[in-house]
Amino acid sequence: MGERIVLGPFNRVEGDLEVQLEVADGRVAAAYVNSPLFRGFEHILRGKDPRDALVLVPRICGICSVSQSAAAAAALREAMGLAVPANGELAANLVLAAENLADHFTHFYLFFMPDFARDAYAGRPWFDAAQARFKAVRGTAAAEAVPARAAFLQLTGILAGKWPHTLSLQPGGSTRAVSAAEKIRLYALLREFRRWLERHTFGDTLEAIAGLDSAAALGAWAAARAPASSDLRLFLEIADDLDLARIGRATDRFLSSGAYPLGGSPLFARGVWQPESAAVAAFDPDEIREDLSHAWMQGEARHPWRGLTEPDADKDGAYSWCKAPRLAGRVVECGALARQMVDGHPLARDLVARDGASVLARVVCRLLELARVLPAMERWVQALQPGEAFCAQGALPDEAIGCGLVEAARGALGHWLVIRHGRIASYQIIAPTTWNFSPRDAAGTPGALEQALVGLPAADARVPLAVQHVVRSFDPCMVCTVH
Amino acid sequence: MNLLWLQSGGCGGCTMSLLCADSSDLLGSLADAGIRILWHPSLSEESGAEALDLLAACAAGETPIDLLCVEGALLRGPDGSGRFHVLGGSGKPMIAWVRELAARARYTLAIGSCAAWGGVTAAGSNPAGACGLQYDGEAAGGLLGAAYRSTAGLPVINVAGCPTHPGWVIETLMALALGQFDGDALDALARPRFFADQLVHHGCARNEYYEFKASAEKPSDQGCLMENMGCKGTQAHADCNLRPWNGGGSCTRGGYACISCTEPGFEEPGHPFVQTPKVAGIPIGLPSDMPKAWFVALAALSKSATPRRVRDNAVSDHLTVTPAIRRTGLK
Ligand code: SF4
Ligand code: SF4
Repeated sequence: MGERIVLGPFNRVEGDLEVQLEVADGRVAAAYVNSPLFRGFEHILRGKDPRDALVLVPRICGICSVSQSAAAAAALREAMGLAVPANGELAANLVLAAENLADHFTHFYLFFMPDFARDAYAGRPWFDAAQARFKAVRGTAAAEAVPARAAFLQLTGILAGKWPHTLSLQPGGSTRAVSAAEKIRLYALLREFRRWLERHTFGDTLEAIAGLDSAAALGAWAAARAPASSDLRLFLEIADDLDLARIGRATDRFLSSGAYPLGGSPLFARGVWQPESAAVAAFDPDEIREDLSHAWMQGEARHPWRGLTEPDADKDGAYSWCKAPRLAGRVVECGALARQMVDGHPLARDLVARDGASVLARVVCRLLELARVLPAMERWVQALQPGEAFCAQGALPDEAIGCGLVEAARGALGHWLVIRHGRIASYQIIAPTTWNFSPRDAAGTPGALEQALVGLPAADARVPLAVQHVVRSFDPCMVCTVH
Repeated sequence: MNLLWLQSGGCGGCTMSLLCADSSDLLGSLADAGIRILWHPSLSEESGAEALDLLAACAAGETPIDLLCVEGALLRGPDGSGRFHVLGGSGKPMIAWVRELAARARYTLAIGSCAAWGGVTAAGSNPAGACGLQYDGEAAGGLLGAAYRSTAGLPVINVAGCPTHPGWVIETLMALALGQFDGDALDALARPRFFADQLVHHGCARNEYYEFKASAEKPSDQGCLMENMGCKGTQAHADCNLRPWNGGGSCTRGGYACISCTEPGFEEPGHPFVQTPKVAGIPIGLPSDMPKAWFVALAALSKSATPRRVRDNAVSDHLTVTPAIRRTGLK
């Protein structure tokens, strides 16, 4: 066995992260991912009034707050047997999409790209442009992207009171009815963000980006433009030089819960992409088990309906607070790439067919979602009907169960709620990064990131750059991971 | 001034909120006030060993810390060990880092209610042993102890809120940087008075409904949220309805109750958050500074005088009766 190096605090992710690497011959031979923070929300929720979940679960995570609200509202909705009026569904989709797109945007500009402005890349042909644009804190992108993001999130000021941590998403829809004048303001905010993206991020229309249908089309698009003509174009220049299409592959098995329900059919499909058959299979949540073998948790693998969260900091062989969810015993990856694979976007499918999942594919699919979802949001705003109901009302049963499956920016999020005697008897949560950054399971199979890191160069033991790129390509949210 | 920002047992939402500042150039404004970000986990380039070197230099006193911002509760569990959060790569519990760094800091700020009091992380059975920097819920103490003073002589400045408002953070930091902040600027819970001397009720768009006790009965109704829906705006110290969130929002504008998130212990209200506890039909939590008998008398009087417009609109999600038009001039 080679040298062992410990990387942490791994920053520009949400929350704290530690990655341990075994390095042999300058390459990663094995990786161990530790989610070092435990707060215990599944305990906190126990015994509470079920409606209190809507206050507590958004505070699991400040960057995926609305997705936690949406999952809790969906679980309560199932428990209450409620149907949401069209306005309520549209309003909830808009708030969740605002968060998801803001997260993709934040990831690109603040978390991911600054690594290419590190001095270690001085001398690369693209370095001066990358440094001026993406230097952490001081680059022009940080100065311009932060206010653009804040302006876009004004959508939530209208639709949800504030962001993060709203109570507007309810089992029956939204507490915040929208007037005709507010529809206009929402539309104007969306168009303003569209202009920013088209001018700076893409240098092209959203529709043109969404229409790129193969790796060749993406290459031709880039070839027709100067390297510094837009932020996407500059990223593609860097990705080509550093071969980012060939690092970061995990299992190529992709999970999506299906995103943005609209009268029963989601904007993005639900399913599991199977690499063996290169086809999408149905997602059966009953096939989930959370393995605890390498987590600082007591107990055996269980389905979240009967899930356990009993911390044990002294457990032998454990190295993370994160449980290891598996689907039918297998490791899956979730996130924007997974959503686009399951939904069948041709660019995602082609990138994966060529090289498998990669840093390039993950980042491109996040930007692709900016281009695909914003036009959908424009349609949803237009479809709002002021004067019609936004929220259905209903009573909470004393005995019920409910499962809420949604897509957060980072992928599949599930809440499993059990109500007994009118109180929360059990509440289990599996977040996207729980899937992606899980530790090994009882069979010794490493989690998705642990697999994606193997083989990367790690000669620089202080800050191995390829490792930085691959870790951040997942856009991990560590506060959600363990919760 | 050097600013060092740490995150522990919270959700990171206070940082996310800060990035929603209305300022057209948040990072530029801080730099312009002479505030240099030494390290912030979400923003800085330095990762791993680079970040640890930087923290070690601060802890050793080699790099001065003028502004130490801590976001998230301090996790003392399990059994006082702090192992529920060992700072990545360091092998050392975050509570040990915070103790060392706070001893060097010119000013120490709790960013958000987790860092101030324990907050949501301390709710329920408080499984992680969460507390605030200088409070454990309502009790003075917390991680650093009631006697703690930063080197400038101030207690921990509690920029409470869940999340805290970007303006509260920026204005506190700028006031400190400009030398315009001292002990008199803090209220009895060491919160900056510029926001904590207000009540959420001030400027709420539902004030007319409140005057007539025309109350919302279900989610999405327009009426006052106090009588039935759990609103604590008449007791909660904050200027949320005078200083909007995300351009023009607030909790009550969003259609849901103020849960009093700037107050210690808000996470355990003793009743469902969205349901007002009552005795004999009268809400238990009455407005601050108001004797109960007055409230009951005024409520009865105003209810009897409620115009139909206010009464009907209170239980609808849109205007059903518009205000009458009166001729201007002498009236
Ligand atoms: S105070 Fe609230 S928003 Fe801030 S870190 Fe704690 S839970 Fe998150
Ligand atoms: S909703 Fe709350 S803050 Fe608004 S007027 Fe009523 S009591 Fe005051």
